[in-house]
Amino acid sequence: MANLASTFAGIRSPNPFWLASAPPTDKEYNVRRAFEAGWGGVVWKTLGLDPHIVNVNGPRYGAIWGADRRLLGLNNIELITDRPLQVNLDEIVSVKRDYPDRAVVVSLMVPCEEEPWKFILPRVEATGADGVELNFGCPHGMSERGMGSAVGQVPEYIEMVTRWVKANTRMPVIVKLTPNITDIRKPAAAAKAGGADAVSLINTINSITSVDLDLFAPEPTIDGRGAHGGYCGPAVKPIALNMVAEIARNPDLRGLPISGIGGITTWRDAAEFMALGAGNVQVCTAAMTYGFRIVQEMISGLSEYLDERGMALADLTGRAVPNVCDWKDLNLNAVSKAFIHQDLCIKCGRCYAACEDTSHQAIAMLPGRVFEVKDDECVACNLCVNVCPVEDCITMERMAEGDVDPRTGRVVSFKHADWTTHPNNPGAVAAE
Amino acid sequence: MDTPTTGASSGTQGGITAGRLTPDAYAANFADLHPPFDPHEAQVAADRCYFCHDAPCVTACPTSIDIPLFIRQIVTGTPDASAKTILSQNILGGMCARVCPTETLCEQACVRELAEGKPVEIGRLQRYATDHLQRQGAHPFARAEDTGKRIAVVGAGPAGLACAHRLSMLGHGVALLDARPKPGGLNEFGIATYKTTGGFAQAEVEWLLRIGGIALQNGVALGRDFTLESLLSEFDAVFVGVGLAGTNGLDIPGIDLPGVDDAVDFIAALRQSDPAAVPIGRDVVVIGGGMTAVDAAVQAKLLGATNVTLAYRGPQARMKASLYEQELAAARGVHVLHEAVPVAVEGAGRVAAVVFDRPGERVRIPADQLLLAIGQRLDPAALPPTQGGKIVVDGPGRTRTPRVWAGGDCAMGGDDLTVTAVAQGRDAAMDIHTSLMR
Repeated sequence: MANLASTFAGIRSPNPFWLASAPPTDKEYNVRRAFEAGWGGVVWKTLGLDPHIVNVNGPRYGAIWGADRRLLGLNNIELITDRPLQVNLDEIVSVKRDYPDRAVVVSLMVPCEEEPWKFILPRVEATGADGVELNFGCPHGMSERGMGSAVGQVPEYIEMVTRWVKANTRMPVIVKLTPNITDIRKPAAAAKAGGADAVSLINTINSITSVDLDLFAPEPTIDGRGAHGGYCGPAVKPIALNMVAEIARNPDLRGLPISGIGGITTWRDAAEFMALGAGNVQVCTAAMTYGFRIVQEMISGLSEYLDERGMALADLTGRAVPNVCDWKDLNLNAVSKAFIHQDLCIKCGRCYAACEDTSHQAIAMLPGRVFEVKDDECVACNLCVNVCPVEDCITMERMAEGDVDPRTGRVVSFKHADWTTHPNNPGAVAAE
Repeated sequence: MDTPTTGASSGTQGGITAGRLTPDAYAANFADLHPPFDPHEAQVAADRCYFCHDAPCVTACPTSIDIPLFIRQIVTGTPDASAKTILSQNILGGMCARVCPTETLCEQACVRELAEGKPVEIGRLQRYATDHLQRQGAHPFARAEDTGKRIAVVGAGPAGLACAHRLSMLGHGVALLDARPKPGGLNEFGIATYKTTGGFAQAEVEWLLRIGGIALQNGVALGRDFTLESLLSEFDAVFVGVGLAGTNGLDIPGIDLPGVDDAVDFIAALRQSDPAAVPIGRDVVVIGGGMTAVDAAVQAKLLGATNVTLAYRGPQARMKASLYEQELAAARGVHVLHEAVPVAVEGAGRVAAVVFDRPGERVRIPADQLLLAIGQRLDPAALPPTQGGKIVVDGPGRTRTPRVWAGGDCAMGGDDLTVTAVAQGRDAAMDIHTSLMR
């Protein structure tokens, strides 16, 4: 059993799996259940100033589903905590006292002035909490009042508020970033400049999940109308992974700890975020879908993975970052061809339809529903692999050095050559 | 309904008697073999379809229903559009969803059968869609402008109904003539009760006729009330879909003893009655190897017979009943005997046993009832030329008699399946149309 003990921005927890600031961490009852289930830490649902906000009294969530109603994406229009500040503070004291080994970080959102921060920070510090997370991410409701993503979309505000917070607390400060921007590196750099100990990302993405075609109103619909909400769950994971990687591989941001968030459902999702640079991960939708017990699979899965490779947890963080590059640096001399393993093929013909209708006409349909790749047409686009319902039935096979690519007639070389040196590139630099 | 439930009034007493079971047991035994999907089940089942290119299931369907399309229309929440996709190819898609041996047709061809031995449940999905549309009450197809042509369709079974509907859709006037008191043919009289419950066959016919332009007349028979010649003098064309009304006999000693019944009649009587009122033996022997034999044997068991033996003269591999049907019989407790050649029926005044020759032995099986299911044959009436007991047809049902078409079990080229009869009736209608409108 691998040691999963984690230290993130100076905050210790028995494993790197935290619950993100969200409904699952809204109050003491839930958080105790989470800790009993085995979660390493929680980010308490965002606190604000009294009088506390109110929530809608209709649906707060909308969703999209895959086969068998598997929940793929969840959208919410819930705001920050709708309970008085002191109630939350008292509960945090109680939980932290009973679970001293777990991480309790408190998410905060107050107006963009220094006084409210000066007011709330000492009160949080007094609870014994391990750190604070600044909610600069919520894209709905609070952003209309100049908070949440309204702050996170302006790097100057991020830097200013982070600086105020650092000046008014000894606790580690994590800045939670919104993905509703064009370049995630800018807000991350602002947080770093303001003195943040870490960033966490992504918060939810602006979204309308569906439209009621009888009411002609967005979902979730309240009294015939709907507002955009924040999108999360497995569907957002690819977006989140890219944003984590963009920060992790940026030389100016190197060393800034990242708490990875966005659709993490299994140990494998968590490991992928960590390989792209996350020091730990935060989970919400998976817990809201399946309950807190899912952390047990995350713990056993990550542990087995590390044990099998003889790796420590710290070895995982950032391990894939050196392999994330720009398109221009990809090796144009690496030539692959799709290969259909006939023993696994179930003859559905989806590869054929996809390639024939929408790609390169590189799959032949032979008598008896035998599907074969035409190497002289195949550009190795991978679409057939992606649409095939059988895992590993179609694989990409790299051509050996010295072989002739039947599509181009060129001899395959293993020498790296990319766009920067390609003759078709007007800005190419001469190959060495 | 894994095993027949027993335990009531006449229970296991010998002889042929009704009321062997409790009312609950009859209800359970003759409930739907494959209960309908609820909407969520249908969604889950439909999600499994891969939407194959040039899908093998479509090729395997005698009526070539666009199966991937109709399943996709279920996924997207449009079951009535799905039903129209089905019914445009097969107007009896509701019945076929219930009685098709899908395990040897579309579902056998399904790539998921190859991949995991668990095909997409095409039959039940088809039922989900067609039931949904038929519940709405409206008929989805409209007639074309009246052509002034009139066609006589003889036989209101699957072939005749499909032919009549398609002809009416194309604007022709149709006289639909049937010898039985009710329309439906084998759908109404020949299919096991648990395969089509709740009066579905009649409801489907009633729904089908709502297209209009079809005048149904029951109780009139070819050769008795009219002839091909009389029809040809009155109509522009004739379609013959009379099925195989005769049954084969067995010439062995004792075959005339009371207690020997025809399986086709037994099945028909059961379909038209309350199961509790249908008499059944305690020890029943069924002779035959096809679907009728299995239907008779299984239903004998479900009616409360203690011992049911299905005896087939050849090896298992030659049995016409599908493997699925054979397994169904075994699961219901029917004892299946292969390579058993009947040689005599014994009994003093009524059936007491049936004697079979088997390889290396002679066996005597006690029986108070013997059901014969050894094949149906064409009733020798005034028909177009036949060969090998079937009406000779060419291409889409053209007989050797001008202006006469034929299809279904009475014609060559069929395989005694409802779905094949539907295809033949439909295709003959298209050919009649082309021929009349030339």
